Amino acid sequence: MLDSLTYKPYGERSILIEWESKIDVSIHKDIIRYKQIIQSNSTQIQSVIVGYHSLLVSYKGLISSFTLAIKELKECYLQETVLETVENFVWEIPVCYDREFGIDLEVLAKQSGLTIEEIIRLHTKPIYQVYFIGFLPGFMYLGGLDKQIHFNRKQTPRLKVPKGSVAIGGSQTGVYPQESAGGWNIIGNTPISFFDRTKKRPCFIKAGDQICFQSITKEVHKEMMWLDKKGIYRCDKKQIG
Amino acid sequence: MIKVLSKGIHTSIQDLGRIGYQDMGVPIAGVMDSYAAKFANTVLGNKENDAVIEITLGLTKLEFISNCVICIAGGDFSAKINNQSVVLNSILNIEAGSILSFGKRNFGARVYIAVLGGCLTEEVLQSRSFSKGITKQTQLYKQDIIPVATDQKMKNNTYAKVKFKEEYMQTDKLFAFKGAEYEFLSENQKSKLVQTNFLITTENSRMGYILNETIENTLPSIYSSGVLPGTVQLTPSGKLIVLMRDCQVTGGYPRVLQLTEMAINSLAQKTTSDLINFKVVDFIYK
Repeated sequence: MLDSLTYKPYGERSILIEWESKIDVSIHKDIIRYKQIIQSNSTQIQSVIVGYHSLLVSYKGLISSFTLAIKELKECYLQETVLETVENFVWEIPVCYDREFGIDLEVLAKQSGLTIEEIIRLHTKPIYQVYFIGFLPGFMYLGGLDKQIHFNRKQTPRLKVPKGSVAIGGSQTGVYPQESAGGWNIIGNTPISFFDRTKKRPCFIKAGDQICFQSITKEVHKEMMWLDKKGIYRCDKKQIG
Repeated sequence: MIKVLSKGIHTSIQDLGRIGYQDMGVPIAGVMDSYAAKFANTVLGNKENDAVIEITLGLTKLEFISNCVICIAGGDFSAKINNQSVVLNSILNIEAGSILSFGKRNFGARVYIAVLGGCLTEEVLQSRSFSKGITKQTQLYKQDIIPVATDQKMKNNTYAKVKFKEEYMQTDKLFAFKGAEYEFLSENQKSKLVQTNFLITTENSRMGYILNETIENTLPSIYSSGVLPGTVQLTPSGKLIVLMRDCQVTGGYPRVLQLTEMAINSLAQKTTSDLINFKVVDFIYK
């Protein structure tokens, strides 16, 4: 893929690396591999932000020579082995689709001709790819939503979407990790915190992981929420082979 | 300790930002004007990254509960200690019980108060910068107490004075590099970008500044990709948004320009109805 990558200066301290402009799992895997090599090779890197088909690499200081910095990045790409391999997981995310939480389910069912049960079945079926985390701390950009449950965003966004809301916006689905404004259709709620500021690694999920949603009852939701608040709940996970 | 008597328009604690958590969606945050904040810290002999008080447009009132050594730098809002005018950009020895207030705006939009040893509010993910969803609060309120180092020894204003270069606050010219999607603009759009005097709308905050004049947007939206403070995005309505320190880490609007660090500082000192224009500079490849 190397030939198709472009490198552009982005301000005084960053370089933007771009792949072909599309959402694609093989591009994503290449991005994650590259990110890991860059971060394990250089001590001068401050942060690496993952996009659908891009990496934004920021350095600790001003880049004195872009030519040299880009040459070093290209060398990283050709490195075949990653020194510190990062394990990726499939996480099982519990979601309560009760109408108390899934406040838009009835409207979506009417609109699509599907039953609420079918919407839940279609939402819990796939394994979703975590492309990257952005928008809010711990907000996952997921790929893999079934076409039958693509629903347009609401005309007017809600000013307050509760923390843990599981929602659909167009061809995307996601979880609001904190209370925020939002225009997506809310179909359920997860008792799990995706961002804990008190932890050394505040977000347990990372780009390159996968997730699936599991339907739970209101009683289980309440219990898990209690465990999550105490900081003792852990999602089930499987290593990606 | 310092007590907040009046919160003013927006007052918060900031250092140079929360670095290294961007892949978890954490905004960098940090002081809007890094030049003024670093300057205030330097005058006191603090570390550049020590947390300072950032005050937007004055009106804030603070009471020093203990003796403090401070430096005030950035925007000029006629700072006063116990109703006596004080000198900006210099060491000020403040006695317990003194009150800091502001008056008329002379220039700038944000003023920084550095305290010897820095403000010691809670540190979250290696930074004290107030940030939504990260720190307990996003701004200071009346009655809040800002912890600072106790036993501050008075300092003399003797050592060689560093000069504060305030020209960057007065200029309306913002230097910018071409953004990631700049090349997709037509010649007409490119020339509008540099020839228009843009008015800052009331929608300006630590998140970003929305500009009033529009440029016809014919670009498709992009797949979400990384953005930084200083990224200028062209929205579907044709309005430009200049992202500032509290911005998200990714965005889906075309990125037409990227401000230099000093231009971000210049913009941080501007507010509603101020005019700005962009000057595109090229990278010097070495």
